[in-house]
Amino acid sequence: MAIRVGQPGLLSTVQDAGRFGEYALGMPPSGAMDQFSYEVGNYLVGNREGEAGLEITYFGPELTFTEDAVIAITGAEMPPKINGEEAATWETLAVSSGDVLTFDYLRSGARAYLAVAGGIDVPLFMHSRSTYTLIGLGGHEGRALQEGDELKTGDAGDRADRVGKRVDEDHVPSYSSETELRVIIGLASYRLTEESLEEFLNTTWTVTTDADRVGYRYRGGELGFVEREQPAGAGADQANVVDFGYPIGSIQVPGGVEPIVLMNDAVTGGGYATIGTVISADRDKLAQTKTNDRTRFRSVDLDEALEARKQRREQLEEIRQALQ
Amino acid sequence: MGSGVGTELPEARYSYGGDEYVFVELAEAMSLKVNFRAMAITNRLREEDIPGVTDICPSNASYMVRIDPDQLNPDELISRLKEIDEEVGDAEGFELKTRVVDVPVMMEDPWTHETLMRFRDRHQDPDATDLEYSARINGYDSKEDFIAALLGSPWLVTMIGFVPGLPWCYQLVPPEEQVEVPKYVRPRTFTPERAFGFGGGFAVVYSVQGAGGYQLYGLAPAPVLDVEQRLKDFQDSMVFPKPGDIFNYRGVDREEFDRIRSEVEDGTFEYRQREFVFHPDRSLEDPHAYNREILGVLYGD
Repeated sequence: MAIRVGQPGLLSTVQDAGRFGEYALGMPPSGAMDQFSYEVGNYLVGNREGEAGLEITYFGPELTFTEDAVIAITGAEMPPKINGEEAATWETLAVSSGDVLTFDYLRSGARAYLAVAGGIDVPLFMHSRSTYTLIGLGGHEGRALQEGDELKTGDAGDRADRVGKRVDEDHVPSYSSETELRVIIGLASYRLTEESLEEFLNTTWTVTTDADRVGYRYRGGELGFVEREQPAGAGADQANVVDFGYPIGSIQVPGGVEPIVLMNDAVTGGGYATIGTVISADRDKLAQTKTNDRTRFRSVDLDEALEARKQRREQLEEIRQALQ
Repeated sequence: MGSGVGTELPEARYSYGGDEYVFVELAEAMSLKVNFRAMAITNRLREEDIPGVTDICPSNASYMVRIDPDQLNPDELISRLKEIDEEVGDAEGFELKTRVVDVPVMMEDPWTHETLMRFRDRHQDPDATDLEYSARINGYDSKEDFIAALLGSPWLVTMIGFVPGLPWCYQLVPPEEQVEVPKYVRPRTFTPERAFGFGGGFAVVYSVQGAGGYQLYGLAPAPVLDVEQRLKDFQDSMVFPKPGDIFNYRGVDREEFDRIRSEVEDGTFEYRQREFVFHPDRSLEDPHAYNREILGVLYGD
């Protein structure tokens, strides 16, 4: 045992890089919503790629360490305290057996990440330790942490040399209540009228309370579909299509109002028309938005999406090397 | 309407799902023919084992491929998919090595009945059951006739997903006999695990309990998802159905339902299944005659 959970926070789950290769079975990737912050946490504590950490949403837990440990906290600004004293973020810290980690209220962003040297050790489920919240598989007993839970960590050896390492200021993201997400328009976007597609891109959308690991729902505009005689198998509603696969990041508009961006624990397919997909490089940013934040969607082409992906990868590599 | 023999399918739509997915809509309308194409193309793609392809997901009238764009550019994949599409053509002569499976289901069971009555206010017709409503809008004289149609011909598993292990099934009957029903006006917040439901043109077995909007007709005693992999049919995968499986939904009474349930509980249940090489051309030509042959293979010995 290494960590004992006091009050569990709003939604604290064990997550790693995700569960890949099982999409065709209907298994979404799960994994840390903000992979950037999660990965940097692992770099800080010297973990191998893909070791599991905790994703802490909106309101932090109280965690007691029952062994000495090396940790790092990244992601949302939710100032951590060790035994009541404010502690640094984006920096490798040493904690001692008996130390208590708590979090102040959320200042910006939505999800903080706790990395622990050796990784959180829960059983692998389909080659991943991520919690799939929608149906309760993987992670710690398939669910968010509860008071009284005890988490083991993997063997870390001596990581004392890592303590005090910190991420260069230039690489620490700042989170705003106004976010622009880049999307590639496509999929079944032909179902929307041209004016509606334009309106989708010109509207400042507000994140509703329905914003979690499954998806983010927005409010702020009304979109219309091209009237058609519904094709065989699709069902009667104009928003319906013959059920097909949904990419992670894909945007659907049930009923023409309240677009939904599907995220890591989403359903893998269904019968609502999808109109585009948030690019992979911007999912980290999306994961740090929260209820009442404002979001705009900007249309980009594949080249810009691939360039953004490359820049993100290079930035992570730079951070990793600087921390070695 | 669905495409039968000899009708032309439209041009496929190739699209990026962000930078990590390629989505290909072969047709807007569902038909057996378009699903055979989706299966033929994705089978071919799987055989090619292209580095950078991480997930191949055949769907009903479309398919989706997840890639690692650091290894494989989406445009490169699309070029290859267009070539494969041409090679496959309208999938004429395509053979599917598959299996035909007996899937017991108890229609009008007490558990889904209780559920559908609880959510009457979300339904098109609060005064009828889902079966009565579906029978009526599909032009059947009685719900018994409607049930007989659902249980009378086998189904092709055309897609897996929504949640792990949930099979979408399309019946192997001519387009004019295809059943079609709307989904609930507002989705239910609860559906029992293993519920047998119908939405659009598809029958499903809900693999897990949860929200859902399909019309509810019955309950399957045997699982389609076994996370603990206790049952023999789940030793290789926690998900039983595979795209291309042929399921025959067979009505069972309460006695058989309970017997199967106890076999599932004590870990001895096995699906009745037979290997089968499915010829889509024959199914399109004379579905009912071919179905008799398929069922002969399943129940013949």
